[in-house]
Amino acid sequence: MQPTTKDFPENARRALGDVPLQAALGNIARGWQEKRTQAVAALPEFEALRTAAAAIKDHTIAHLDEYLERFESRVTEQGGTVHWCRSAEEARHTILAICHRLNARTVTKGKSMVAEEIGLNDFLGGHGIAPVETDLGEHIIQLRKEAPSHIIAPAVHLTQAQVAETFRAGHHGLPTNRRLDDARVLVDEARNVLRPRYFAAEVGITGANFLVAETGSAVIVTNEGNADLTQLLPKAHIVLAGIEKLVPTLEDAATILRVLARSATGQEMAAYTTFATGPRRARDVDGPEEFHVVLLDNGRSALLGTEFQDILRCIRCGACLNHCPVYTGIGGHAYGWVYTGPMGAVLTPALLGVAEAGHLPNASTFCGRCESVCPMRIPLPKMMRHWREREFAAHLAPHAIRRGLSWWAFFARRPALYRAAAGALARWLALMGGRLGYVRTLPLAGGWTAVRDMPAPSGRTFQQLWAMRAQPAAKKGSRP
Amino acid sequence: MTGGREQMLDSIRRGLGRGPLGEAGKAAIAARLDDHRAGIIPARTRRDPAGLIELFIELAVGAAATVERLDGPRRIPIAVADYLAAHDLPRDLVMAPDPWLDRLLWAERPKLKLRPGRALATDATGIARAFAGVAETGTLAMVSSETSPSTISFVPDTHIVVLGASRIVVSCEEVFARLRREAGAAFMPRSLHLITGPSRTGDIEQRIVLGAHGPRRLHILLVDGTEA
Repeated sequence: MQPTTKDFPENARRALGDVPLQAALGNIARGWQEKRTQAVAALPEFEALRTAAAAIKDHTIAHLDEYLERFESRVTEQGGTVHWCRSAEEARHTILAICHRLNARTVTKGKSMVAEEIGLNDFLGGHGIAPVETDLGEHIIQLRKEAPSHIIAPAVHLTQAQVAETFRAGHHGLPTNRRLDDARVLVDEARNVLRPRYFAAEVGITGANFLVAETGSAVIVTNEGNADLTQLLPKAHIVLAGIEKLVPTLEDAATILRVLARSATGQEMAAYTTFATGPRRARDVDGPEEFHVVLLDNGRSALLGTEFQDILRCIRCGACLNHCPVYTGIGGHAYGWVYTGPMGAVLTPALLGVAEAGHLPNASTFCGRCESVCPMRIPLPKMMRHWREREFAAHLAPHAIRRGLSWWAFFARRPALYRAAAGALARWLALMGGRLGYVRTLPLAGGWTAVRDMPAPSGRTFQQLWAMRAQPAAKKGSRP
Repeated sequence: MTGGREQMLDSIRRGLGRGPLGEAGKAAIAARLDDHRAGIIPARTRRDPAGLIELFIELAVGAAATVERLDGPRRIPIAVADYLAAHDLPRDLVMAPDPWLDRLLWAERPKLKLRPGRALATDATGIARAFAGVAETGTLAMVSSETSPSTISFVPDTHIVVLGASRIVVSCEEVFARLRREAGAAFMPRSLHLITGPSRTGDIEQRIVLGAHGPRRLHILLVDGTEA
C-alpha cells in the first residue's frame, strides 16, 4: 500500500473530528482493554510466560540464519518449497509466478499484514488475478477500497451502520431493501457471499503467526476459520511471512501462544490454531497439493545488531495499539501505513525510512502503557526515542523543534544561568496561572495551548523543591 | 532465487556480527531443536484425570462448544440423532472415513444418512474423531489423515466431534508428545488443528458473533469407557 505517513499531523487532526470514527474507537477501551485485563488476571503465570516468550524470540533471532536453514530443509523434505525474497518486489513476483503456473484466476487470502506491506492485492489485480479477502474485517475494507486500520481487526474504525452501507453497495444481486441492522445478519451475508469463493480459488494465501524450525510448519491463528478454508480448499497454499516469525520447536510456539490470544482479544485460545506442514500426504483426501513458504526480508535483517532489533520479537497481537492513548484517539488510518500504534511507530520508520515516517515516533506521550502490556516485553518507548534521535541527527526534525532544543541546550550547559532562568520562568508562569492554576495561552507555544491548558507551576522550580526536600533543615531559598 | 537466499543469510549474519555458525554452534542448535521439555504449564491443570476432564468440559463450554458425556461408544449414533433432531437439523452427515466410526451401531438410527469422505460445500453436518482434547483451554486437537479429512472441521455448519475421555491431556505440549510417540519420524500431519469452540468474529463493533466462516455449532461427544 502507498504510504501517507508524511501527512500524519493532518490525518490525525481530521480523525479527531470524525464522528463515526470516534464512536467506533470507543469500543476498543470497553472491549479489548477490559478483556485483556481479565484474561491476564485469570493466569497467574502470565508474567513468567512473557519473560519466557521474549527469551525464545531473542534466542531465535540471535541464531536466525541457522533456524531459517533448518526450517527450509524440513519444508523441502516434506515436499514443500521455500522462496527467499529480499524485497517486496521479489515476493510479489514469486507469488505471481506460482499463480500463473497454476493458471489461477482468483486467489483467496487470509488476513496478512505482510501482504499489505508488499501491496500484494493491487499487484495481483493488475496482472488479471482477483484477490479475495476472506477475513470479515478485510472483506469489509476490500469492498471499501480502504487500508486496514488495525493489525488484528482491520475494520475496527467502522460502525455497524457503515458496514451495512458497504454491504448494500458492494454485495450485488441481493434485494436492495434487505434488512441489515444486526451484526448476525451482516456476518451471515458475508459468509454466504464468500463461501463459493473458497471453492473457486486456485490458490490460497495466508500469513503465519509462527514458522516452526523443528517441523517446517506454518502456524496460523484465527477466530473465523477463514484461513483454514483458504489453505485447505485450493490447489496450492502459499504462506507469506517475515523472516522474524521463526521459533525453534513446537513447545516454543506453545509458550508464545499462551500470551498471544490473551494479549490480542483477551481469549485464552483463539478458536483456530492450525499447524500446516507441507502439502497433502499421499493418502489424504483433502488439503492443498502444493505448499509454498515465501520468506520476506524487506528491511528486517537490517534491524539486527541495531537499537531496533527487539522489534523483531513482535508477534503482532495489537495490545500496544489497544492501550495507546494516541492510537485509540485517532485510529489506524492516520498513521498512513499498514503498521500502526506504538509497534508501527517503531517498525514503519525501519521499513520505510525515518525521512518518510519520522512523524510516527513523535506521536507518543511516552506514557509507557505499550511496553507494560507488550507480551514480548518490547521496549517500545525507548525505541521511539531512538528514532527521534536519528531524526534529529539527520536534520529532519522541524525547524521550531531544532531551535527550541538549541535554546534549551544553551541554558542546560550553563547551570547557574539555567537555574536563574528556570526560577524566573516558574514565578512568571505561576503569576500567569493566577487563582485558576492554569495557563490558557503561552507566547511561542500557541499551537500547544490552542487545544489544552497548561497547569501552572507552584512558583518554584523542580530543583528548588528537590533541594528543600533533600535538606528540610536548610533555610528556605538559601539553596537555589 | 538462490542468489536471494545467500544474500539474505549474509545480511542476517552481518547484522548479528558473525559468520556462519561453526560445528559447536550448529550442534547447540541441533540440541535445542531436540529438547522437547515443556515450558511453563499453568498450575490450573494440576489435577487428577477426572479433574482434567471436568476442566476440559468447563473451558470448552466457556468457548461456546457444547459437550455431551456418553458412557460408551454404543451411545454415539443415538446421541447424534438426538442432537440433530433437537436442533432441527437435517439427518445427512459427512463422516470421516474412519473404520472406528464406521463400526458404530448406526443401524440403530436408520434415518441418519452417512456419507464417508471429505466435506463438500453441500454438507451441513460433519462428524470426526479427535486425536486429543486439551484440558488447559478446552481445545480439540484434530489431526489430518486419510481417516480424518480437515475439511470436516471447517466446511459444514455443524461439527460433531467424538473425543475419548482417555484422550484428554493437560496441554498442547502433551499433544505434540503423543504425536511424536504415535506417528514416528515425520510425525506432523499435513494439518494439526487446535480448535477451541465454534467459529466466531468480533469484526463488527467487537460484538462476538458465532459462525463467521467455519462451523456455527461445535458439539463434542465425550466418550467414557473404551478408547475412542
